[in-house]
Amino acid sequence: MVTSHGVGMAVPDWPNTYGYNMFFFPVSKWVGGVFYEHSLGAVGSAVVLRVLILASRPHVPKSRRWLKSGGLILLVAGALVCALARAKWQDGLFLLLVGAVAFPASFIWPKSEPAPKWMRRMGIIALVAVIFQGVLGGLRVTMFKDELGIFHGTLAQLFFLFICLMALFLSRWWQTLPQGAVTDRVGLRWFYFAATGLIFLQLILGATMRHQHAGLAISDFPLAYGELWPDMSSEAVAKYNQNRVETTAYYEITAFQIGLQMAHRILAALIFVAVLVCVWLTRRELGWQNPLSKLTTLWMTLIVTQVFLGAVTIWTNKSADIATAHVAVGALSLMTGGLITTLSLRRLCNASKTYSLQAAAFAQPSASK
Amino acid sequence: MKKKTWILATLTVAASLQLGMAADITGKVTLKGTPPPEKPIDALKNDPNCGKLVKDKEVPKTRFYLVGDKGQLADVIVSIKGIPGKSTGAQAKPHLLDQVNCEYVPYVSAVQTDQKILVRNSDPVFHNVHPTPKVQGNNEANKAQMPKAPDLEFTFTKPEELLRFKCDVHPWMFAYVSVFDHPYFSVTGTDGTFTIQNVPPGKYTLEFNHRKAGVVTKEIEVKDSNVTVDAELEVK
Repeated sequence: MVTSHGVGMAVPDWPNTYGYNMFFFPVSKWVGGVFYEHSLGAVGSAVVLRVLILASRPHVPKSRRWLKSGGLILLVAGALVCALARAKWQDGLFLLLVGAVAFPASFIWPKSEPAPKWMRRMGIIALVAVIFQGVLGGLRVTMFKDELGIFHGTLAQLFFLFICLMALFLSRWWQTLPQGAVTDRVGLRWFYFAATGLIFLQLILGATMRHQHAGLAISDFPLAYGELWPDMSSEAVAKYNQNRVETTAYYEITAFQIGLQMAHRILAALIFVAVLVCVWLTRRELGWQNPLSKLTTLWMTLIVTQVFLGAVTIWTNKSADIATAHVAVGALSLMTGGLITTLSLRRLCNASKTYSLQAAAFAQPSASK
Repeated sequence: MKKKTWILATLTVAASLQLGMAADITGKVTLKGTPPPEKPIDALKNDPNCGKLVKDKEVPKTRFYLVGDKGQLADVIVSIKGIPGKSTGAQAKPHLLDQVNCEYVPYVSAVQTDQKILVRNSDPVFHNVHPTPKVQGNNEANKAQMPKAPDLEFTFTKPEELLRFKCDVHPWMFAYVSVFDHPYFSVTGTDGTFTIQNVPPGKYTLEFNHRKAGVVTKEIEVKDSNVTVDAELEVK
């Protein structure tokens, strides 16, 4: 929503907000672009806190000690800041509050066995990723680097996929799912992987377009400036700019940006075909009732919705809410593709492997007799 | 000591002769063709704070093409290209860019390198002032400005055409300031006219730059009397 509204720089400082500790920024000042930008920071902080719990929970009993000693350190640090640097009382109070929550929490923290190593590692990766994401967002503001916004936007999509994969791996359903039970005769796993890769590429293109801050490089759809392929000569681009009246502070469009949007459109068509092929092949190979068939149908529905939202984004001259929905459905499409690919890697296997699995299953009862 | 006095006196006489021979360039800029209609800035009207400031007024519109009934085009930056001469920006009067009713005033203006640009907040709402230069050496900045806060000061050391100032709190607020390394420029008013004062004699290229309508240039020669140059920009 921040980039859709063109307010990515509405809060000029970081990690503070207009000089306030961000958690003490008065609600009365959450206006205009500040509302979106500051809300992003607040929601981001909540995500960091949640991921911190997610990452430390599998590390019991170590995490109990971390909470206890970390809580104490924060309490002392907060008290010191409040006492020695009065001007920074908000930061000191924040540290005190966090310490006051963390320290008692250590006494009610679970006492179970540590989680498996893979889960602990995934938690740490998620924590590092979310902190890196926050720092990237902050540096984008303080260093005035639009390029960082592209990485920030792309990493957000990957982080979302990663967290969804963690949820999948932690689910009881996944843990009881038989491995390699179905033969993959046509290489379905590769089709899913390729389609998901195309979506990821599309999301990078989308993030690059959004962070050019030039608005719509092509203002019509399905044609482009009334043509199948728009004129991108300097005279034509000058004419497009002459006739472009935007209410937001957008830059003038360039031939590169027009090319970028055309690439986005072509890639959208490729993704549409790729996912359609995935649906068709999955149903043919695995039948209508297979979970992968149902999931690929959902995937196709998301892609159709996404194409429609892309068109509406242009028809509404990049209305902020529609553009935001377009980004959100893009993230859901990537996530669905990622989950389908992962699921297929567990459920499907090559014909020779299925044969050996069946042979093993056949051999087992006789061995037990 | 005597030698120095002589050199100083000679330079002073030369400078006054030069000034004495200087002339003004005046003219009018018109627009050919029909520009696209300006759009009402609904976001301003709908903003809970800025909307109050324009409550009883017509919804403000974008300001891309300010064209008079006879085609007079405002906000065209007229400048002499490649003129020898140094910026006097450091000694020049500061340029004022005001924020009034959640819009920048003036929308298009020009200054010299090292000339102070004072950005004022005349609104009862807070803004952030965010110049976004593209030329290396001119620094991007982003500063908060509360209501009735002191003017913010900016200077740019490199010439740059149409350097954008924007407010990200209110994304419809933006203005353009061109920066020159000489004092020979002007911006057309609503009647399309301009005057560039005290131009030393010589042959020059006069550039007319409108952010949307584009750029045209004219070759001119300045002698000891004022020169009139009209120009026409075209929207296709």
